[in-house]
Amino acid sequence: MDDLKKTIRDYVVKEYLEEGDDRQVKEDTPLITGGIVDSFSMVSLKRFLERRYAIQIPDAEATPGAFDTVNSIAALVGKFAKTAG
Amino acid sequence: MAYGAKAREWYAGELAGLRGQGLFKEERFIHAPQGAQIEVEFPAGTEPKQVINMCANNYLGLSSHPDVVAAAHRGLDSRGYGMSSVRFICGTQDIHRELEHKLTAFLGTEDTLLFPSCMDANAGVFEAILSDQDVMIADRLVHASIVDGMRLCKAIQDTFKHSDMGHLEEKLQEHKDKRFRMVITDGVFSMDGDIAKLDEIVRLAEKHDAMVFLDDSHASGFIGQTGRGTHEHCGVIGRIDVITTTLGKALGGASGGCVSGRRELVEMCRQRARPYLFSNTVAPVIVAGALAVIDLISATTARRDKLEQNTKYWRGLLTEAGFDIKPGESPIVPVMLYNAKLAQDVARDLFAEGIYVVGFFFPVVPKGQARIRTQLSAAHEKHHLDAAIGAFIKVGKKYDILGKGKNQIIEQYGL
Repeated sequence: MDDLKKTIRDYVVKEYLEEGDDRQVKEDTPLITGGIVDSFSMVSLKRFLERRYAIQIPDAEATPGAFDTVNSIAALVGKFAKTAG
Repeated sequence: MAYGAKAREWYAGELAGLRGQGLFKEERFIHAPQGAQIEVEFPAGTEPKQVINMCANNYLGLSSHPDVVAAAHRGLDSRGYGMSSVRFICGTQDIHRELEHKLTAFLGTEDTLLFPSCMDANAGVFEAILSDQDVMIADRLVHASIVDGMRLCKAIQDTFKHSDMGHLEEKLQEHKDKRFRMVITDGVFSMDGDIAKLDEIVRLAEKHDAMVFLDDSHASGFIGQTGRGTHEHCGVIGRIDVITTTLGKALGGASGGCVSGRRELVEMCRQRARPYLFSNTVAPVIVAGALAVIDLISATTARRDKLEQNTKYWRGLLTEAGFDIKPGESPIVPVMLYNAKLAQDVARDLFAEGIYVVGFFFPVVPKGQARIRTQLSAAHEKHHLDAAIGAFIKVGKKYDILGKGKNQIIEQYGL
């Protein structure tokens, strides 16, 4: 797992898993459809990514589908980091 | 565009999809006033069946109370059926303001504004009082109407893990640069029946200069020594900035809700909250009934005391029988089944045994947390609960879940 994916995974675990929740979050673990992150609390993840990587993710791109796995989130960050660069 | 075959087919497909996923909701027709025992026609077209109702929000048993019904009749005779207006044009009667004053006194706040429902109150309140310079920090399990209200507001949204005070404090620190911070919570959470740690929330909010918002819909009228709500239970009356609540549950059960709290915030809602400004006034008959409800529960705590006794008795019966229940003190008592199909099967079998309960599963509750939510009422007598536990034990034996905990049930039925 590269640094970007590890950062995302670590944030998801810290921000969304309750104490005692021992579910493993892997690169392809479904986060939203799997019930780990709900669309209501997803906004803090988007804000974290924008701050951490100095990017702007338009709301239209921040869909539950795009936020469903560590892999898809990393791809989204990559896309906007490139645009910013 | 006309409603052509293409549109009809698409919607029919969506509905079929809901059926396929087991998410299709069907109404059951009740042939009686709301109460502990009701006649229910289900499936539609069958003979109505007598069942014990354990899924109403009729916590105080006031939905069909003769004093409330009589007061509503008097209100109908003296103030008419409808007002044909929003509040600020020609829809405010003397009794609307009287009810707002009584709710203010009952809740221990500074002022109150009625809304057509608490759904409307929650949909309108945030947009009316917060802007893009502010932040809303909500418990992750708040009611859907709060989620909708927050989405309509330009303030930044954030959430904290359910009842996790450490996480809330992190969020308060993270947003210290915002103009106003508002911590948002339910008093009693509707699916788990647990009570917010409101004393700790208030302490943290005061430490970090934040306002506190409380939706007390599942608490007003019965939680706390005199039924004022979660703020009474937690010893923080007068320290909550906004309380929203409903007249549609314990407080008569008809409809209507309110925003109650700091005078200026309530006035901002009167000026700006769109569901207040653009929907009809609460009907006089409901206002008159609600006035009688407030009088009844202000005069005596007998009904909330009986509800408390019923709750303890029912929780004891379920535990003794070997059901896995969510611990707590509120009259919302979830019987945990974890598996969605099992929850539906058990609810269906209980209905056949004359007990009206509903199974809840994802997405209403988290995945793997399917349950039957039972709700107590002051209208329940001991014989109702004794009959109900008999049926629960019979069905529990059929599915072999008595005495089994989470892991054993999951092992048996899967998630």
